[in-house]
Amino acid sequence: MQDDAMHHQSTYKPSTGFEKWMDRRLPIIRLAYDSFVDFPTPKNLNYWWTFGGILAVCLMIQIITGIVLAMHYTPQKDLAFDSLEYIMRDVHYGWLLRYVHANCASMFFFAVYIHMFRGLYYGSYKEPREMLWILGVVIYLLMMATAFMGYVLPWGQMSYWAAQVITNLFSAIPVVGESIRTWLIGGFSIDNPTLNRFFSLHYLLPFAIAGVVVLHIWALHIPGNNNPTGVEVKTKKDTVPFHPYYTVKDGFAIVVFLTLMAAFVFFAPNAMGHPDNYIPANPLSTPPEIVPEWYFLPFYAMLRAINFNFLFISSKLGGVIVLFSAIAVLFVLPWLDTSKVRSMRYRPAAQLWFVLFVADCILLGYLGQKPAEGVYVAMAQAATAYYFAFFLIILPLLGILEKPRPLPKSISESVLKPSTSETPIGAQGQAAE
Amino acid sequence: MSAMSDSHDGNMAGGEPTRRDFIHIFSVAMATVGSVGVLVPLVSQMNPDATVLALSTKEVDLSAIPVGQAVKVVWQGKPVFIRHRTKEEIAEAEAVPLSALKDPLARNANLPAKADAEDKNRRIKPEWLLVVGICTHLGCVPLGTAQGENRGDYDGWFCPCHGSQYDVSGRIRKGPAPENLFIPTYKFLTDTSIRIG
Amino acid sequence: MIRALLKTLLTVAAVACAVSAGAWAKDNHLPYKKQHWEFEGVFGKYDKDALQRGFQVYETVCSNCHGVDHLYFRNLGQKGGPFYLPVCPEGVPESVKCSNPNQNPIVKAIAKNYKFKVTDGPDDTGDMFQRTPLPSDHIPGPYANEAQAKAANNGAYPPDLSLIIKAREDGPDYVYSLLTGFEPQPEIVNLTASQHYNPYFRGDMSQFLKDKYKTAEGKPLPSVEIPPGGVLAMPPPLTDGIVEYADPDTPQTVDQYAHDVVEFLSWASEPTMEERKELGFMTIAYLLILAAALYWSYRVVWSNVEH
Repeated sequence: MQDDAMHHQSTYKPSTGFEKWMDRRLPIIRLAYDSFVDFPTPKNLNYWWTFGGILAVCLMIQIITGIVLAMHYTPQKDLAFDSLEYIMRDVHYGWLLRYVHANCASMFFFAVYIHMFRGLYYGSYKEPREMLWILGVVIYLLMMATAFMGYVLPWGQMSYWAAQVITNLFSAIPVVGESIRTWLIGGFSIDNPTLNRFFSLHYLLPFAIAGVVVLHIWALHIPGNNNPTGVEVKTKKDTVPFHPYYTVKDGFAIVVFLTLMAAFVFFAPNAMGHPDNYIPANPLSTPPEIVPEWYFLPFYAMLRAINFNFLFISSKLGGVIVLFSAIAVLFVLPWLDTSKVRSMRYRPAAQLWFVLFVADCILLGYLGQKPAEGVYVAMAQAATAYYFAFFLIILPLLGILEKPRPLPKSISESVLKPSTSETPIGAQGQAAE
Repeated sequence: MSAMSDSHDGNMAGGEPTRRDFIHIFSVAMATVGSVGVLVPLVSQMNPDATVLALSTKEVDLSAIPVGQAVKVVWQGKPVFIRHRTKEEIAEAEAVPLSALKDPLARNANLPAKADAEDKNRRIKPEWLLVVGICTHLGCVPLGTAQGENRGDYDGWFCPCHGSQYDVSGRIRKGPAPENLFIPTYKFLTDTSIRIG
Repeated sequence: MIRALLKTLLTVAAVACAVSAGAWAKDNHLPYKKQHWEFEGVFGKYDKDALQRGFQVYETVCSNCHGVDHLYFRNLGQKGGPFYLPVCPEGVPESVKCSNPNQNPIVKAIAKNYKFKVTDGPDDTGDMFQRTPLPSDHIPGPYANEAQAKAANNGAYPPDLSLIIKAREDGPDYVYSLLTGFEPQPEIVNLTASQHYNPYFRGDMSQFLKDKYKTAEGKPLPSVEIPPGGVLAMPPPLTDGIVEYADPDTPQTVDQYAHDVVEFLSWASEPTMEERKELGFMTIAYLLILAAALYWSYRVVWSNVEH
């Protein structure tokens, strides 16, 4: 073990007889105490760091409302749509449970995107936190699979055609693609077997996510939290115990987040859905415009941007390769960024490219809901090119070429003497704290 | 909100510990109230839903049942026997002394639990007998409602599973069943229509 | 830096919204007639009288071709429904609890006298039979199944109306515009007797152009302006005076009928809306108080830390 301030001795002292007995038999209270009460946490974390806790709450809400909804839902193609309306109309608070589940799915992705951009900006993926980042990307992948299968369950028009289009991605794989798709959906077209297995997996995957979340937190607690300066914790003076300092701060942020979610659930519950999903699935008629849920739009735009054959790769296969590469590149990100400086707070050039990258992702999202024609395709191609260039060219070169600002010696120093030049960066977090 | 909190914070800055603790207690109390509130929909959703509740009562038109015959209707998923009794049957039922009965209680949801099993406590109008058609022994449905079925030795019902026999008032007279056939709550809406439940 | 980032994001979002709004307007139907609906907005509620009239319009006119599959008769008498009775009117026996939608005398009468019967069964001989509906039954539609509906309507399927408002972009304005927007066919197109022109319906009028407005390849001539909208199999369903309202002060016009039936169909799409908004106010008030308390707690906890 490193002789590091982060690796602190457990300070848990069992007080009651029961706690002492538990501590000898299964020291689970000690584990919880060391992880969530006494855990030394950098004292300069800003509000962008509260999204981890927010995401944990989202997962909990989804699992609880999901289990409850499954008590009333029927995964059968002739009954699924009607069983949703039954939930909305006849089950006590069924409308509430369903609207919370549907809207929380969107809010979950909103939070995960902020969480990822935060990690990107402050270099939280860099050594020694590569495993933490990779586990995060695994969670993100599982989330996408879960959300996609969940969207199929209402068996409306959008559900059906989303399943049709997404499963067709697999048929782009040369030689075995068609067989893989047939195996995946259990037939020659989307039908009852597809709905059944998607329901089963939609119920299973959230628990897999919860499992990876445990690993994610474990991987976080080995090196400890990153922080806005990117400078590692040096002494105990740099940290505060997680409880009560961050429980109360995360708690506040979670409640603000829940308020935003409640505004959607109670006053605009269908704002993030599509009207066509209130039409029962019809395998013989595709809706005039089919769009995925908003959180998939950037990837959808990249998929459609590839409208040309490249060497022996057809445009269809090319689109699928680009789509999967867009996620795969996140796995190797820790080794692409060559910068010695962790946080972009001290990397003015990187900040610029980062803002462009965020704007690029939003632009891709916008293009994903536009018809794939004319200028939109050209824009999507340029945006896709930048997406990959950011990871594969800009981050590797920037680390070598840029000249970072001087780093503070420690977290405590950065807190006590914020240099005037860095005020704009930290202003948000500092002012709020 | 921020401005408000700031001013409070100003007051608190040099404040005494008890007042500082108050806000934490308040926060935790509020959060607890919220958690309990969240339980309401989560628990409530398992109650019988509106489609089930819509079938919790049943209206039956009695005018189509001739004297001497009986019908079987389904109420809350259970069979209910409605028997239009003849004068002779009523007289037969009323003549049975309490001492001859295995179960001395009326088992009538429209009356107090202590009511005895006299025929007058087993009916609202003498000619109409209404019982839940589930044998009090082990839950089979007794025969005797449809014409031609075995009515047992007491002109009532005969349970094919273990041979329990009920009389023309639905009272257990012979066999392993411990109690009289149960009478559900029902009301006469008009002279010839009732609502069960 | 982060502030700049947020600014950029907001700008991009604003531009995206503006552009997409423009894209909608370019759609091939006329923009819907924007109406004021009391049930919209944060405080919006359904107008009970309009709901009752709307049900009457549905029952008299729409139900000849369209079902409302997700509605039960009892829904009409539930809290927030058109015929909800908190207390019984005079003359109803004491044994009846009118706030229970299954005992509500108005609902029972509507079910008993409804124009369609309910198919039940099989009976003792194995046949299905028709019987009078009960409050616990779905409101029966005009056709037994989709094939029968299509056969009766020249192959066009009259969609179920119980979710129509939620299943269309801008549902209330769309249905209102469609019902009030039928127009005689434009000069330059050729329609059959079962094709009805409506500029608010999504479609492509260029395929109905008369031959003299088309090039040899069948494309529209460059000088021709294609009319907006499309054709439906449904003829204009409403005419002034077609439904007789009990209240003499309510105008019996197409416009009023369309308003009322949209109100009813909106309720049919989302009968829990009023309950949802009420609970929403309580929830958000609670969350704001909790947020304020936690923020204060947070300030107190952190007051002795330089950070």
